Order: sequence, then structure tokens, then C-alpha cells
Amino acid sequence: MDWQALSLSLQLASATALLLLPPSVWLARLLAWSAWRGRAALEAAILLPLVLPPTVLGYYLLLGLGGASPLGQAYQALTGRMLVFSFDGLLVASLIVNLPFAVQPMQRSFAAIPRELREAAWVSGLSRWQTLLRIELPLAWPGIAAALALSFAHTLGEFGVVLMVGGSLPGETRTIAIAIYDQAQAFNDAAAAGMSALLLALSFVAVILVSRLGRSLPRR
Amino acid sequence: MMPGRRRHWPLLSLLLLSLLPLSGRAAAVNVAAAADLKFALSEIAASYEREHGTRIILSFGSSGHFARQIPQGAPYELFLSADEEYIFQLARQGLLRDRGRLYAIGRLALLLPRGSPVAADGELRGLASALAAGKLQRLAIANPEHAPYGRAARAALERAGLWQPLQGRLVFGENVAQAAQFALSGSAQGGLVAWSLARSPELATRSVAALIPGDWHPPLRQRMALTQRAGAEAQRFYDYLQQPSARTVFERHGFALPTD
Repeated sequence: MDWQALSLSLQLASATALLLLPPSVWLARLLAWSAWRGRAALEAAILLPLVLPPTVLGYYLLLGLGGASPLGQAYQALTGRMLVFSFDGLLVASLIVNLPFAVQPMQRSFAAIPRELREAAWVSGLSRWQTLLRIELPLAWPGIAAALALSFAHTLGEFGVVLMVGGSLPGETRTIAIAIYDQAQAFNDAAAAGMSALLLALSFVAVILVSRLGRSLPRR
Repeated sequence: MMPGRRRHWPLLSLLLLSLLPLSGRAAAVNVAAAADLKFALSEIAASYEREHGTRIILSFGSSGHFARQIPQGAPYELFLSADEEYIFQLARQGLLRDRGRLYAIGRLALLLPRGSPVAADGELRGLASALAAGKLQRLAIANPEHAPYGRAARAALERAGLWQPLQGRLVFGENVAQAAQFALSGSAQGGLVAWSLARSPELATRSVAALIPGDWHPPLRQRMALTQRAGAEAQRFYDYLQQPSARTVFERHGFALPTD
């Protein structure tokens, strides 16, 4: 059992789920409640990572975040670290890949909140922020929780992008999925089997969690 | 709100298109080959196709990866490994016709992107001084756990006394071709990869390379064998690979030729 790889995966999954929360709430509300011309395009852009092969994303990240790219160089000047072959780079990749998993369940939750309810809150003297914190977020909570669980679980299983931009560095980019791959290629079946079983159990728990939360989601 | 029926046409036509059979299947041979053969074997296969009209379908990847797939029923008729151990292993499992033939001896090279702070020196003195000067952030090699060239790179770095100092700076490619891609990605200062990849025109224009002494690592004895699935066409291509014309191509791409 590669505990280092497991802990790295758990860190990556937690960081992804938490960092995605604020922008996803904002995007989900925007898509749920506003009717403007660019909406369809924005929705499509958010859904893209669902259908794009991870290799496409990995390739663009190698080009866009690499040491030869303006972004990669700016990041290195700021932090002294590189984006490619580093945990930070994996995090950037994870955030992009998981955006649809975070936005979609929230969007359904927010869309189910009747507009009259929000208007009632406003005329009762609640500010926009108070309405968000006291009315909207509590009502949309099942969707938010499902989004957290989904993006967490999905990051645990992330493989393609990590294989393209990671480099299998122990403690840095060797996630549990990559460790399983490496062990399987090296014919260390016992190690690969143990880690696979653990990941299977973890994913199963996560899926049950998501579906239980999903059941409390309002149907449109 | 029911969407109009016309909306479904694009999707339907895509589905129908996907049912069309692929182009007429001429005779074809499925070949699994180590990643370091990318350029040499592609050239040999192209000339074979011209001469015999048989399609050679090449899949390149890590030898260890194919050694995992073949027992699972992967449809390869011929396997060119970068490490003869994988061939012996599969032969013991009764998956191959015989223990095959040595076809090439691989060589390891230091591959540097243009403008790298590392000096191109096969005995790795330039690498050592760049590391000491703090100019080396990342060095790419193939994964030593399952890629033959990764094991060779590890041995060469140990021989140069650099394996320990480089810990935390090594990036592992899944196979030697990915290691080469990492080395030239602009995010690493170089890598230890197959000489056969380093000297290919595709890479040579973007990089400099230096050959690492052959006795710095266990020899990369590359062996090939026909699987139990092999047909007559595969047998013919296998024989062709042992002809002087094919051996010359291997040699031109930087492989040493086996004498045993």
C-alpha cells in the first residue's frame, strides 16, 4: 500500500472540492437564474471537460503551463516552483476537469428555488448577501453537498491528465491511480490489487453518499 | 417542452455513420513494439508495406505494458520488446511460438533541449556540475519500475554517483518516448532516453544529445518473438526484420546489432 500516494490523492481531492465551491456556486446561480444570450455558450464550456478526452486537456496543460509558456514562467517567477510536474499543476488540471461535476448538481438545486421566495426575502429587507446565506444556500444544500462529494470522488479517480502532466513524482504527483498503474506495469500484482480494492471501497462510499444527497434534491 | 423532431438528425446521422464498416480490411499484421523503436520500426514497416502490400499496424508503448496485455489476449502477432526478460516471461507462459530472436542492442543517451544549462557530455559531468550549480530542476527518465530504459538510466546515474543527489528532481515518463517528450517539454532541463529517439530528425532539430557509454548500464538486449496468434503474414514480416536491409535501418537509428 502506497500511503504517500493515497494521502496525496486525498489532499488533491479535498483541495479540488473546496476550491471549486465558491466559483461553482456563483456559476450555478448565474446559469440557473439568468437568461442572457451567452448562457448556452457558457454552459457548454463548463460541460466540455465531461466529453473531452483527458489527453486533450493534458496536452493543452503541458503547452499552456509548461516552463516555456508565459503562464508557467510567470508562476515560476512568483513562487519559484514549476506548474508542470508539480502538485499545483495537478490541482489546476483537477479544477478544470471537475468544474462540470461541481456546477451541475448545484445548478439543479438553485433552479428549483422559486423566484417568489427570493423576492419575498428581498421585500422583507434582506440584502442580496443575506438572502444568499440564509435562504438560497440552505435550500440548495443537497446540491452543494452532492457537488462536493462528486468532485472529491472524481478527483480520486483522475488518471489521464495526471499521466500526461504529472511525471509520477513520489509525494508530488504520484497519485493513487498512478501508483496502481505503475505497480501493475511492474507486475507487482499484490500491491496493485490492495490499492485497487481500497479505491473501489472509497469510490463506492462516495457514490452512495452522492446518490443519497441526490435523492433529497428537488425534482424540476 | 418537446423539442422539434428535426433536432435529432445530427445525432442520428452520427450514430449511423459509426455503423459504417471501416475501409476494406486488407491483410494486416498487428505488432506491439517498445517505444524506442518508434522511428526505426516505422521506417522498416513502411518499406515492407511498399514491397509486399501487407499493412503493418504498429502499436508503440512500454514493453512492460505489452507484457501485461498479451497474457490478457491482446491481439498482437509479433512483440518487439526492449528487454528480453519480458519475452522469456511470456515464452514460459506458453504465449509465444518460441524464445524469439535478439534484434538490436539499445543505447542510452543524455537528451537536452536547446538552451539547456546542462553541457552535453555522455559521461554526465555536465549534468553533475549543473546540479551542483543549482541549475537543474527536473531531469526526465522512463519509470525504472517497469521501463527497460528507466532501469538503464538508473544504473547510469548510480554509476555517475548522481542517483541520490537527483532524488526529488527526477520526473518519470510512463515509457521512454514520454520521458523524451518530458525532457523537451520546456519544463525539464533534459533527460536520459533512448539514443534511437534522440537522434531521430524529429527530435534532433530541437535538442542536443550525447551517447552514454554502453558499459554504464546492463545491456538493453532487445528481443522479439511471434505470439501464438501469429499468421503467415506475421511470420513473413518477422523474417524480414532479420534481413540485412532491416538490420541496416536499426543500425542507422542508433542501435547496436546483436552478434549472438
